[in-house]
Amino acid sequence: MNPPLTARNVSMVPCHRCHLISQIPSDGKLSGMACPRCGAALHQRKPDSLNRTWALVIAAIVFYIPAMVLPISVTTTFAGAQSDTIMSGVIYFIHSGSWHIALVIFVASVLVPILKILILIFLLISVQVKSKWRPLDSTRLYRIIELIGKWSMVDIYVITLMAALIKLGGLASFDAGPAALYFGTMVVFTMFAAMSFDPRLIWDCMEENHDSG
Amino acid sequence: MQSNSLMACHDCDLLHRIDGHPEGGTSICSRCGAVLLSHKRNSLDRSLALTITGLILFVMANAYPLLAIKSGSLYRAATLMGSVEVLYAAGMWQIGLLVFLTAILFPLLDLLCRLYILIPLKMNRKPWKLSFIMSLNQTLNPWGMMDVFMLGILVSVVKLVKMMKVIPGVSLFAFMMLILVLAAIAAFFDPHLAWEKGEG
Repeated sequence: MNPPLTARNVSMVPCHRCHLISQIPSDGKLSGMACPRCGAALHQRKPDSLNRTWALVIAAIVFYIPAMVLPISVTTTFAGAQSDTIMSGVIYFIHSGSWHIALVIFVASVLVPILKILILIFLLISVQVKSKWRPLDSTRLYRIIELIGKWSMVDIYVITLMAALIKLGGLASFDAGPAALYFGTMVVFTMFAAMSFDPRLIWDCMEENHDSG
Repeated sequence: MQSNSLMACHDCDLLHRIDGHPEGGTSICSRCGAVLLSHKRNSLDRSLALTITGLILFVMANAYPLLAIKSGSLYRAATLMGSVEVLYAAGMWQIGLLVFLTAILFPLLDLLCRLYILIPLKMNRKPWKLSFIMSLNQTLNPWGMMDVFMLGILVSVVKLVKMMKVIPGVSLFAFMMLILVLAAIAAFFDPHLAWEKGEG
């Protein structure tokens, strides 16, 4: 069976910025080549994709731990100060009957980051072991994490608004806790990680299978 | 749209020859299903009109309070920028910066970039530094999170109504409209059109 007709297999390279296709010169050297239309540097694949994605995923895992363990918000009332972690907030809202709030916060702040990290690790490993298992579904998984990533930020925005509104003199105040910074950084890391992964690597594995077979 | 143009799928690198892409149609990668091209009817006019609408709504969304709370004699209103300032004043400037960039600056720059590209195209001119502005627009695009902020507003409202009276501000309505307009811009703006028209 012939290898599929990809740009790489016919010595062409698409520009990542404007999508114009360029012919790679016969010496095969791509370094320093710029897109003739928009001037962006041309790469066959995103540069150093696997290493960069791994580094960002590991950084995200490291930041995920303090984001979950430390308090994300501190509520001060005349009765004293109360610190809440993300999970204790979720549990509080389940008990107080606002299960829909609990669901939104749990999905956006706890589930989505974990899913993103797990899916990226799965994709990284399957590319590294040159897995040829269901590439279409792997590509779909990648598209899902690209799409849902930013929704994790919702908790940061809720805290911002609550902190701005609940400043009722000496009666009550609401402040962001130390976990907010770790959480925000973690979300930014997972977004950069998803951007640095190149889904074309999933399909490259399929071709290496054709070569050997 | 030039006929017989070659395109490589951005998700799986498969080459496609796109012959006479129909106006208003979408071309999809035959191997992985990624959207290669999606031409919209009157893309230029529609996205220009929506971008101008978006900028007006953006000004409104920032000029007035989003939400206000009332508890007894106490009243407090919060604007978008005011919320960032509260975080800054509380020593959480990093979080304030994150909110400022993702909910204010990047969405604004995104709209301004599109306006900068669309106005010359509408007048059949090549935008100056098109390549730089397009790349700025593409880089900033994933970091504009006004739609996520909208969900944040809804969650905050549901949290607060249990404790006190919540008054929606003028900005809240502008904000809701802006989310719809931003989604429509994303659907109608055609980067391929900009590249092709901006080339000549």
